Amino acid sequence: MEAASDKKALLFWGLFLVVFALVPISRNDYYLAMANRILVWGMFAVAFNMLFGVTGMLSFGQALFFGLGGYGVGLMVKYLGQAWFLAGLGAGVAAAAVVAYLLGYLVIRVSGVFFTILTLAFGQLAWQITFRWYRVTGGDDGIQGLVPTGILGDHIVYYYFCLILVACSVWFLKRLSASPQGLILRCVRQNPARVRFLGRRVRRNQRRIYVISSVFAALAGGLMAGVDNSIHTNMLNWTTSGEVILMSVLGGIHQFFGPFIGAAVIKVIEDVVGARTEYWSLIIGLVMMTMVLLFPRGLVGEWVSFKARMRSGGARKEGV
Amino acid sequence: MQPILELSGVVKAFGGLVVTDEVSFKVLPGEISAIIGPNGAGKTTLFNQITGALKPDRGSITFQGTDITGLDTQEIVARGMGRAFQITSIFPEETVLDNVRVACLSRAGHTRQPLKGLGAYKSSTEKAMALLTSLGLADQAHRLAFELAHGDQKLLDIGVALGLEPKLLLLDEPTAGMSPEERHLTRTLVQKLWKEFNLTLIFIEHDMDTVFGIAQVVRVLQQGRLLAEGTPDEIRANPEVVKAYLGEEL
Ligand SMILES: Nc1ncnc2c1ncn2[C@@H]1O[C@H](COP(=O)(O)OP(=O)(O)O)[C@@H](O)[C@H]1O
Ligand SMILES: [Mg+2]
Repeated sequence: MEAASDKKALLFWGLFLVVFALVPISRNDYYLAMANRILVWGMFAVAFNMLFGVTGMLSFGQALFFGLGGYGVGLMVKYLGQAWFLAGLGAGVAAAAVVAYLLGYLVIRVSGVFFTILTLAFGQLAWQITFRWYRVTGGDDGIQGLVPTGILGDHIVYYYFCLILVACSVWFLKRLSASPQGLILRCVRQNPARVRFLGRRVRRNQRRIYVISSVFAALAGGLMAGVDNSIHTNMLNWTTSGEVILMSVLGGIHQFFGPFIGAAVIKVIEDVVGARTEYWSLIIGLVMMTMVLLFPRGLVGEWVSFKARMRSGGARKEGV
Repeated sequence: MQPILELSGVVKAFGGLVVTDEVSFKVLPGEISAIIGPNGAGKTTLFNQITGALKPDRGSITFQGTDITGLDTQEIVARGMGRAFQITSIFPEETVLDNVRVACLSRAGHTRQPLKGLGAYKSSTEKAMALLTSLGLADQAHRLAFELAHGDQKLLDIGVALGLEPKLLLLDEPTAGMSPEERHLTRTLVQKLWKEFNLTLIFIEHDMDTVFGIAQVVRVLQQGRLLAEGTPDEIRANPEVVKAYLGEEL
């Protein structure tokens, strides 16, 4: 059993890398940017879902960390110069780790909907600060002209740079979710009271995954600065937090790769529909409504349970 | 012999309602004992205080010679106490194996490991499988826990506690909601586990066949007070107990 699933995993990773690695062959900047966005947002969504789908913590404030990553790059490049792009990426990620660690002590004191509201409040607070502090952040103008340093300035090189970072990140998160630490996180979601009777601290585990998830959110934000060559206060707005929730729900929060698929679908809808009509968010709303009402397990979740039904010939509930 | 667990003058009230009223007793290592008493007598609340889920208002609780009054559950569990619940408390969406395995991994201190898959932890996995075999759940190891029958979920709850290799195990109504046949099997099983794992075991139970069948010591709780304590024969012969609780059925 183990060997078979190892083979399947290898096949999946192989396919994933080959498909994304081949995109630059199209010599089409539009496809390249789209694939890059899917990669980065896919990682963001998968990391977010470690918090939400796995541990049961619905943060409505991951935009704060996404923005922190973006502004780490933006501010470094703006004030110190283009050579500081990578340093800015590192600084944003490090800052996110520190902020998440400290903020974790505040927001993880409460659970359920209160956690959600608190994270939203802190997210909006950070958004307001970047918005109002025009002198430093450029306010609503954002920061433009963020070209990555050296050969990373080349679109294709930067794309492969992102691909490698995303693949490593997602690989790490996948390992995490299958590890003893991942099992404890799922237990925290299902029955926190019992976790204490395993001799484990619930909040400490929640803080740990909050920090990990936020670090990857910041990495995503920093990488996006290089994809768009700009950053904007919108990165910190609640709509960003909302979007990553939608991606997870659309793809399926109980499958590891669900959120990645959800991210891909939403980014494609945004681009394809967005190019034709400004009502693309309406389309996304309709898609989400259909999904939640008819296919609550999400795209990947429904696919997995469909396969299971085919195999067993009868209806069988799927677990996580 | 040093008691493994000692309660002295433990008091707990919810608002005006005194639920634990100056309870004192000693449990010797290796003992299997029962706590009986009508619904609402404060039996579960007593377990909650022993395991740190609730803090006593007064009094002290000593476990293996150290004062554990007011410690967090995690710290008490780490010192070797395990508990199964009146209302089954398992991880419903994990497999039966993983329910027990997570306890074994926790006991071995592996639960912070983020990189290797569960299968890499061979000794925890083998221990969990062995436990499931002892509980008669091995053939259901790969089912999801919520798919199990009620009685099997109760057993799994005990399995999760056993995965921590406790020295003292507290079972809250292990046969609740079971059919007479299941109850009989569970009684035999609890006694078997007690011997197999060298446990000190305290169980709360309403089923008198179970209580008088396997307990060496019986404690009777009524309205938060310890009404009587003794061997099954002593308890049966205690006129206060007979009057207050057991009635004529004995
Ligand atoms: N957390 C609580 N808050 C208020 N009252 C409680 C709480 N827990 C238990 N009680 C009350 O304490 C009494 C004893 O409850 P419990 O210990 O569960 O009894 P038993 O297990 O003996 O049936 C009951 O009257 C119950 O309603
Ligand atoms: Mg009770």
